[in-house]
Order: sequence, then structure tokens, then C-alpha cells
Amino acid sequence: MARILFFGRLADLAGGRERELHVGDSVRNLRELVDLIAKGDDTLGAALREKSVQTIINERISSGDAISDSDEIAFLPPVSGG
Amino acid sequence: MIRISTSPFDPGRELSVFEKNAGDAGAVVSFLGRVRGEETETVVTVLYLEHYPGVTERMLGELETEARGRWAIDEPLIIHRVGDLKPGEPIVFVCVSARHRRDAFEAADFLMDYLKTKALFWKKEITSDGERWIEPRMQDYSDVARWNERDKDS
Repeated sequence: MARILFFGRLADLAGGRERELHVGDSVRNLRELVDLIAKGDDTLGAALREKSVQTIINERISSGDAISDSDEIAFLPPVSGG
Repeated sequence: MIRISTSPFDPGRELSVFEKNAGDAGAVVSFLGRVRGEETETVVTVLYLEHYPGVTERMLGELETEARGRWAIDEPLIIHRVGDLKPGEPIVFVCVSARHRRDAFEAADFLMDYLKTKALFWKKEITSDGERWIEPRMQDYSDVARWNERDKDS
């Protein structure tokens, strides 16, 4: 199972900070993962596709966009620290 | 040193400890960021902050390393709160010691600009009118861009 993490307003939209998702053969990259998450939830899908949303795969920022079933994928809206 | 804290901290005590450990550094600069009580006509009751445990800390460590590459400073201290905060409470505390003041001032300024726009924190304002997630202001982005401009100049 892939572990999907949502932060900030994305967690509110997803109704939780974390979800486990079976990523089968049909999902090979980030775009296909977002398509899968968006099924039945257009609002969340649209929010995840916004240009300002960054993704981190397995805790690394420049990690390409290939996805497998053992990955942790984090969706990050614009940050606001300090 | 990086510390992400779920409970309140005492900046006075932290500064005192930092200063004691600063050896014979000629300069110590600290910045304290606190929760504002009012935002454009609404009263903030709670500010909620979250981070990406493990990843936020690692990236802040990389930021400290970058600051030490740019200025002649000792290891900085960054404390950042997460969880529920009330107006007036400390959110962020940055301490930098250096042989000379200019390095300490600039490194602290640099660390704060990055903390506002790049560090992995998200904050939600809960006000008398409801709640909303905060995003950096344009000013925050232009503040952080100054450091890249400077790279181009040099």
C-alpha cells in the first residue's frame, strides 16, 4: 500500500492527513495517482492539480514522478512558516 | 541546532543558554517571531501550525548548512512551534553568533526569510469570523528573492 500524506488545506479537503491506497499497475506516475485520488472527489482532485502544490516522494523533493506501491507521497500546498 | 516544539518555549532562557555556549563570539543576533493578535479587522483566537515530521527538520538542517557556507557564523539555533498557539506566544526564534555583527545580522535575516517562504510549515488562523489557511505575502517572496539577487551580483 502506498502512503499518501496531505498537509494544510489539502488535509481539510481530503478529510484527513493520511490515507493508504493500493497503487496497482494502472498507476505508474504522479499524474495517474492524482487521477485515482480524484475519482469521486473532483474538489480534492482539482486542488491537488494546482500549480502551487508541490509533491515529495519518499521524503525527497527531486525524486522524479514514478510511483510504486511501497512509496510515501506527500502533497504540499504553499508553505507558511515563521 | 533545530528544534520543533509542540509546547511553549521561553525565548529569554533559550537566548541565555545560546549566549553562554557562544564562546568568544563577538556578536549574537536573535529574532523572535510572535503570534499577532489582529489581522485585517478580525481577531485571531488561535493559530494552528503543522509540519512534515522528519522532512521539515532535515530541510532546516540543510538551510543552516547553507547559511554557514555564506557567512562566517557558528551553528545557529532555530526553534519553531507547532500545534495551537495564542496571540502573543512565540512562534519562531532564531539565534546566530559570529565573530562580527554583520555576518550575524545577515544570516539571521536570511534564515527568517527562508523560514517564512520555504520551510515546510503550514498555519491556519482561527478567528472570530471562521478559519483560513495562510499563504506567504508577496512581500515575503520578494524578501527571500533578495538572497538570489545577491548571488547573481557576486
